[in-house]
Amino acid sequence: MTGLPMIWGLGLAAILFVLGLLGVLVRRNILFMLVSLEVMLNAAGLAFVVAGARWGDADGQVMFLIILTVAAAEVAVGLALALQLFRRTGSVDADAAMRLRG
Amino acid sequence: MTAAFLIAAAVAVLTTALALTRSNAVHALLYLVVSLLAVAVVFFLYGAPLAAALEIIVYAGAIIVLFVFVVIMLNLGPEATEQERRWLQPDIWVGPSLLAAVLLVELAVLLTDGSAAAAGVVGPAGTRAVEARAVGIRLFGPYLLAVELASFLLLAGLVGAWHLGRRPWQGSPAREEEGEAP
Amino acid sequence: MVGLLFLVPLLPFLGFLVLLVGGGRLPRRAVEAIGVGSVALSFAVAVLVAIGFAGLEGESYRQTLWRWMATGGFSADIGLWLDPLSLVMMLVVTGVGALILLYSVGFLRGEAGARRYFAAMTLFVASMLVLVLADNLLFLYLGWEGVGLCSYLLIGFWYREPANGAAARKAFLVTRIGDAALLLGLVLIVASLGTLDIPVLQDRAPEAWTAGSTLPVAAAALLLAGAVGKSAQLPLQVWLPDAMAGPSPVSALIHAATMVTAGVYLIARMHGLYALAPAVQTAVAAIGALTLLLAAISALGQSDIKRVLAWSTISQIGYMVMALGAGAWGAAIFHFMTHAFFKALLFLAAGLVILRLHEEHDIRRMGGLAMKLPVSFAGFLAGAASLAALPVVTAGAYSKDLILWQVAASTEGGLLLWLAGAIGAVLTALYIFKAVFLVFFGPMQTAPEPAPASPAMLGPIVVLAVLAVFGGGLAVPAQLAGTLPAPPLAGAPGHPPLAFALVSAALPLLGLAIAWALYVGRRGPLTGLAASRAVARAAPVAAAGFGFDALYERLFVRPWHALARTLRDDPADRPAAGLAGLSLGGYRLLRETQTGRVRWYAASLAGGMAAALALGVLS
Repeated sequence: MTGLPMIWGLGLAAILFVLGLLGVLVRRNILFMLVSLEVMLNAAGLAFVVAGARWGDADGQVMFLIILTVAAAEVAVGLALALQLFRRTGSVDADAAMRLRG
Repeated sequence: MTAAFLIAAAVAVLTTALALTRSNAVHALLYLVVSLLAVAVVFFLYGAPLAAALEIIVYAGAIIVLFVFVVIMLNLGPEATEQERRWLQPDIWVGPSLLAAVLLVELAVLLTDGSAAAAGVVGPAGTRAVEARAVGIRLFGPYLLAVELASFLLLAGLVGAWHLGRRPWQGSPAREEEGEAP
Repeated sequence: MVGLLFLVPLLPFLGFLVLLVGGGRLPRRAVEAIGVGSVALSFAVAVLVAIGFAGLEGESYRQTLWRWMATGGFSADIGLWLDPLSLVMMLVVTGVGALILLYSVGFLRGEAGARRYFAAMTLFVASMLVLVLADNLLFLYLGWEGVGLCSYLLIGFWYREPANGAAARKAFLVTRIGDAALLLGLVLIVASLGTLDIPVLQDRAPEAWTAGSTLPVAAAALLLAGAVGKSAQLPLQVWLPDAMAGPSPVSALIHAATMVTAGVYLIARMHGLYALAPAVQTAVAAIGALTLLLAAISALGQSDIKRVLAWSTISQIGYMVMALGAGAWGAAIFHFMTHAFFKALLFLAAGLVILRLHEEHDIRRMGGLAMKLPVSFAGFLAGAASLAALPVVTAGAYSKDLILWQVAASTEGGLLLWLAGAIGAVLTALYIFKAVFLVFFGPMQTAPEPAPASPAMLGPIVVLAVLAVFGGGLAVPAQLAGTLPAPPLAGAPGHPPLAFALVSAALPLLGLAIAWALYVGRRGPLTGLAASRAVARAAPVAAAGFGFDALYERLFVRPWHALARTLRDDPADRPAAGLAGLSLGGYRLLRETQTGRVRWYAASLAGGMAAALALGVLS
């Protein structure tokens, strides 16, 4: 294995993370917001893997696995919520949940 | 190697951007699959074959399939696509883009701080990749508790998703509103 | 027969109770019969009591009905006290009261609210009788407040007119100032002497107090303040002219004959106390003299016939108070009696005129009524003559001449007081005959309604006219001699010298002559004087009663209103409310961040993260 600068991987992770954040902020469709969240989680995992690879340590991939678990659980619950929102409001608009405001 | 990374990174960024700007959910998901595959290539290049495999299996496989199922269940037609297009007016991009740009600049400043660790090169020539074996030993060694907790999390996610996703009861207030749904 | 005394106040009170409880179901005739009958019966009993009292040994008769309260060292009874002073008061109150109630039957014919009227009137008579017959000051105070309440109720009898309600409130509040002072005086007396029993008090006060020391002066001054409020003397005289908003018989009974003289009665009753406070007694005389002059001038400036009579009442009570101040106790009570006759007569006659002219009050729009309303004319003329104290032929002459003589001759009085009384006598004749000439002589301006007056109205006028003319023959001062101390005359007691009597007789005749020249003859130098600029400038001042109303308005009413407006917003509550407002504002501000938009929350998170990173980057 020849070297790749760690900063490249971290830079890619940062770009992907910010893109995901942009998606969360911009999209009103709750489905797309969940997709964006996945992108952000994935970027975080990428950062861990790259950092772990820099030191040749397995911990980075362990963290990636845990993030993967979180992402799986999050997407399952999030999609269930999206379904429920669609059933109740007839829309996938996240702002439709404003009615929940206390 | 460098060229492979650059191509993969370019593909990942481009397809992610495309995925997040699509009006049609299925198109977006297809772009996302490509993006995830590109990230898997990056993982492989950084010497993390297990992570690359899991990225493909879990992300590009399971999670995307889950999204597709939900899209099927919601049964969004062309009018939903139309609505997406209406929601994506250029002016709503301004604020979030500014915020995102600030964040990106800050991250860039932090990464290019000049510290030796950040500037270092991954794996001097000859270093072995971190194999699945090492990860497994680590997971079921010091991180056993974390693995158990992750299993709890998955169980909780399972129960929560089941509870939230089922149809409302007969007679509950949500029942009447369901009739309004298209 | 004296034992029937308790029936005198009880009968009107029973009448009141019957009217109060069963009045709604009673026919009108029964209401009138109960109202007049209870008071008339009370008068009959009073006459029997008087006859019995005449045959009684001793100067007084006391009837204790039951013990009202007994706490610690203080006790008060429901008890009645009859002596010549209260006898005179009792007979006048019941007699004049019965006549005026009879008149009211005719006056209120066709008017709604008869039950309310007769109930209040009988309650008033009962309260007034309690006031004059009470044997202790606490019971007297009960009657004192009772008459004040009835006065309030009856001034506002035509309550649909807001001005009448305002007049009633004004009367109640202004007299309340005096009442509060009186109550303080009673508390002071109880605290220092331990009793409110009037005979005991008269004995105990000279023993406990030295003349002129602080306590008797304070007590006497507080009692004087109470009397000033009730009797509409300076400076609390402002309520009485407005009190004319009530029906004429109410004005006759309450605001002329009886209630407003309660202050005179109180001072006369407590004469022993005033003997211990010479300074206050001098103040009494000064207040009386000032009031009689001021009120007489004000009466001259009025054009409303009832307000003329109201100011005249204030002025005449001023005479009584001046007499009290000069130590002429008997003369004051004598004048009270004749005043009750002729002033009630004047009010009843004026009420009849007003009724027949359809609520016309302005004497400038009356005229030539002498032939049209002969009984009113005769009654008003008799009352006016008696008020002006035309010599020999009227009752008022005897009482007023007695006052003038005793004031002049008294060591407490003097020439200054006599001069005030003499000027007042001229003015009295002038203003009342001005009214007589304007109302009954000259060209007719408003035609009276031709309906014949009911005998219920004419009868009392005739009876009172007879009393106003011949009432001077009642030897009241002689009867009172044993009860009230003799006036401290400088010379030997006896009849005034002839010259003095002639001057006294000339004074009202002078006023009459001036009135004749001004309002009938309309010639001569006086007319020019009356038309001069000085008089024209003074007239509005007199009409406004020397601007006391405006002064009080500016001095008390407006600051009070301003204070009330300030306090209405509860300024003391501001800090607490501010704290609550701050919390509320904070809550509103924070609530705005809870938009319910998930993306907004995400943006907040991202913004916070950016800020935190910026801190790390920039530091």
